[in-house]
Amino acid sequence: MEAMLAIAVGVLTACGVFLILRARTFPVLLGLTLLSYAVNLFLFASGRLQVGAPPLIRAAAAYVDPLPQALVLTAIVIGFGMTAYLAILALRSLAESGGDHVDAVSTEDARQ
Amino acid sequence: MKVMTVRLWWIRDGGLIGSGNNHRASGTPCEPAPPLFAKAPVNSNLLLAAIPATAFAAFPLPLLLQRYGRTSAAVAAATVMAMCLGLLLPLAPAALAGHREVARLAWLPAYGLDLSLRLDGLGLLFCLLILGIGLLVVLYAAWYLPTSDRLGRFYSILLLFMAAMLGVVLAENLILLLIFWELTSLSSFLLVAYRSDKHESRIGARMALAVTGGGGLVLLAGILLLGQIAGSFELTVILAAGERIRAHALYTPMLILILLGAFTKSAQFPFHFWLPSAMAAPTPVSAYLHSATMVKAGVFLLARLYPALGSSDGWFWLVGGTGAITLVYAAATALFRNDIKGLLAYSTISHLGLITLLFGLDTPLSVVAGLFHLINHAIFKASLFMAAGVIDHECGTRDMRRVNGMFRVMPITATLAIIAAASMAGVPLLNGFLSKEMFFAETVSYPQFEPLGWALPLLATIAGMLAVAYSSRFVHDVFFNGEPVDLPRQPHEPPHWMRAPIELLVVLCLLVGVFPAWTVGPLLDAAAGAALQAPLPDFHLALWHGFNKPVLMSLLALAGGVLIYALRRPLFAWQGQLPPMHPRTSFERFYRALASGARRTVAAVDNGSLQRYSALLFGFVVVLGGWAFFSAPGNTGVRPAAQPADEAAVAALLVLLLGTLGATALYRERLLALILVSVVGLTVTLTFVRLSAPDLALTQLAVEMGTIVLMLLVLHYLPPRNAPRSSARRLIRDLLLALLAGGGLALITLQMLAAPVDTIAGFYLQQSLPGGGGANVVNVILVDFRGFDTLGEITVLAMVALASQALLDRLILSPPQRDADGRRWAAEAHPLFLSILMRPLLPLALTVSVYIFLRGHHLPGGGFVAGLITSVALVMQYLANGIAFAQPRMPQQQVRLLALGLLLAAGIGVASWLFGRPFLTSAHGHVPLPLLGDVELASAMVFDLGVYVVVVTVVVTVLSGLGRLSLRARDGEEAT
Repeated sequence: MEAMLAIAVGVLTACGVFLILRARTFPVLLGLTLLSYAVNLFLFASGRLQVGAPPLIRAAAAYVDPLPQALVLTAIVIGFGMTAYLAILALRSLAESGGDHVDAVSTEDARQ
Repeated sequence: MKVMTVRLWWIRDGGLIGSGNNHRASGTPCEPAPPLFAKAPVNSNLLLAAIPATAFAAFPLPLLLQRYGRTSAAVAAATVMAMCLGLLLPLAPAALAGHREVARLAWLPAYGLDLSLRLDGLGLLFCLLILGIGLLVVLYAAWYLPTSDRLGRFYSILLLFMAAMLGVVLAENLILLLIFWELTSLSSFLLVAYRSDKHESRIGARMALAVTGGGGLVLLAGILLLGQIAGSFELTVILAAGERIRAHALYTPMLILILLGAFTKSAQFPFHFWLPSAMAAPTPVSAYLHSATMVKAGVFLLARLYPALGSSDGWFWLVGGTGAITLVYAAATALFRNDIKGLLAYSTISHLGLITLLFGLDTPLSVVAGLFHLINHAIFKASLFMAAGVIDHECGTRDMRRVNGMFRVMPITATLAIIAAASMAGVPLLNGFLSKEMFFAETVSYPQFEPLGWALPLLATIAGMLAVAYSSRFVHDVFFNGEPVDLPRQPHEPPHWMRAPIELLVVLCLLVGVFPAWTVGPLLDAAAGAALQAPLPDFHLALWHGFNKPVLMSLLALAGGVLIYALRRPLFAWQGQLPPMHPRTSFERFYRALASGARRTVAAVDNGSLQRYSALLFGFVVVLGGWAFFSAPGNTGVRPAAQPADEAAVAALLVLLLGTLGATALYRERLLALILVSVVGLTVTLTFVRLSAPDLALTQLAVEMGTIVLMLLVLHYLPPRNAPRSSARRLIRDLLLALLAGGGLALITLQMLAAPVDTIAGFYLQQSLPGGGGANVVNVILVDFRGFDTLGEITVLAMVALASQALLDRLILSPPQRDADGRRWAAEAHPLFLSILMRPLLPLALTVSVYIFLRGHHLPGGGFVAGLITSVALVMQYLANGIAFAQPRMPQQQVRLLALGLLLAAGIGVASWLFGRPFLTSAHGHVPLPLLGDVELASAMVFDLGVYVVVVTVVVTVLSGLGRLSLRARDGEEAT
């Protein structure tokens, strides 16, 4: 299962990075979402993978490391805040520049 | 609560320098310190600290007093200097007797930086120069500067410079010395640029700052190295560690760095060019900074560090070689300058080279000679600069091709200037002669130069001839040589008070020249003793030592100099044919090239393109990560047991890969890509479920819903037109970066998962129940163990909400009416089925979120999850019923709600102070409640409530804010 998780993290990262490097706002948002999945999974994996061992005292015989989970939990929520802020920034940029280029330049300029 | 403690102590250090045997049998008797001061009253180190303190505290005085007239500004400046002198005098006898006074105030002891000062003979000599010539310059400037100047600014900067200079010569800590050193560069920049409306003032000031300030940075590196080598930045330690320092492997680089600092400050070849450019400064500044004080700071440093750095081959060749080249080159250049101040500037460089050469010769007697010449040069050169200022002031020009025959016009000034110039040339009966004789004697007797025994005396004689030649030119051209040519003004004798400082200095030239042992003897002994940190060599200050080689050399220099001047016409013609050497212009060219290169570099990196920034960022991360990955040590120890894969896991991986790759490939089909990404999100949620992270799964699930709504709202407004495709080159670059980043992170993940576990989980698992009163360890960590982190995180969330509100403020966007294929959007916005279903669902969802919240301390759930569930339920009302229905039913005061949430969380943290516990300490206990029975309550739940309130408010603010855009757009359409 470890190798599979590593593959998942790798593919999510690669696709996230590729999308973040696009010139339009929406793919960048999607890319950020993918990249945060990757990072969250990576952080989570630092507590190692275990099945059936949630960190709830008395519920299981063994417990998985709870600390990465706590870190990832806030990371998920902060990640949402970040995405939301960027989304609104993208709209503001659209209103100011009339386009959805990440550099707030019009398509004609971008082509040149 | 930490209590800041400031430890303060003064160290009384009355150690004698060297053997203390300064009373030489043959020389002048050194006055023993009067008992009153030799007993060193307790406050003598306070007195010492008071000198720079007074200077720094009082430097704005002239500026504050200038509204009472320029006289008050001048009087204020003179008073400050006199006060510093008054503070110095009680300390002088002890310093003259060879004692050193050290005062220390701990500042940053961890970094070896203390406010520590020292006064010994060397410091005393420089303090007297700085304050004595400073007083004369204050008087002179009041007459020199035009009456339209109010002088407050001038005198204030002059005092600041003086304070910094005093700091340099009194510092005991080398880093402190460097701070003052750089301050002299800064204040001299302001002084040179005093006439800031003139182009050449600005260029000259900039050049002086670039060279001396840059030299200061190099010096900093050298001083840090020296501190590392010696183990301390305190001079007392460093000067005693000479052997160890010279034996260190880093001695040579450190020496070069420190010498670069000293040479730039003292205008040594090839850094000399800033000094002639700085002649754009008003003449009082030149007389003060460029003859007596600032340029002497470099040679001061040589003298100060001589016991630590001197006595090595490197020192001899670097210091001696630089001094020798500067001495001859600048003397030759001075002869050909037509500007009086230009001639004096090159002469100054040449004399500084002489002093440097003497220090480089590295014998005790040569150090004595260097210091002696330093005193003499300060006296005669300051008076010459002042005389040049008088001539400039009276004639309106300093060009020696026009200023002629001044002897008849201003005989007194002329006489004074001629005497000072004679001293500069080394004519007997004047102070310049004595130190030049000592220099000649040193070159003759220098032991190390045996095979080339004649080279050093020859070089010295040539330099002496050139000095005589340019002094003759100055005297002959300015005061004789026919009639003045086309002067802007009609010159006459200056006001008496303007001439008074020159008179005083010239009298000093004569006094020192005739009675050296009585006048400067004790001071020179004390200064040389402090510089050498060793017993003084046997020497004899006197006018006549009998006919010997140095006298012969002096005679040769005088005759040769006059001869050179007599042959000036062919010489000038020959010089005119030489290819011009312009270090100034090369420096300017270098400076411009540097600036434009910097601009180009910035433009290449910072071109305003987010894509380039992101690519650079990811590229850098890949390089850094790769470096860390390949340089990490291999894993040893017990590896954790691998989890076997099963069909469900394989299926989940396949779905995740399909979703991710599909979304990336189809990113131009935005809606489809969004759906695929949300599939990925759900798979991640399932992964959390499987891998024992129920809290994460709940959170991720709730966030997914919020994200989808958010993205759909954004998509609604974005232009439907598809973006043009990226160029092939761009695609290849991005794919390469993506593959490197993804492959790298996959490798790191694999490596990490195979590595032995080393975790602090045990503590949390053990303490969760007894310490935090909760069985859900993740939640207890969030609200209790690491509550402070969580407080920070919800603060960030609140900031997101506030920033979003600001961005959305007065934002008007009209959504496109058709999609990319020209189809109209569906008119039915809120399907009836959905809207009917959602209304009763709201209370149900809220109940669930309350349940999730309450159980969070023991079972999966808590403030974050409950908050997300509540907000999703609220957002569903918007979706189902439309903004017009939902908006009035929502809490309106979002900013207040944010504040409430943060205050709840922070307040319960502060409340623990009331019980004498640290911030955010939690308490818990069992409380019997009606209906619910025995419930375990923890104060951390209040904290969690704060988290809940913030999360709900943030999500609702962002999403409803986006939703309101459509309302505004509709209003806009109706209005038009």
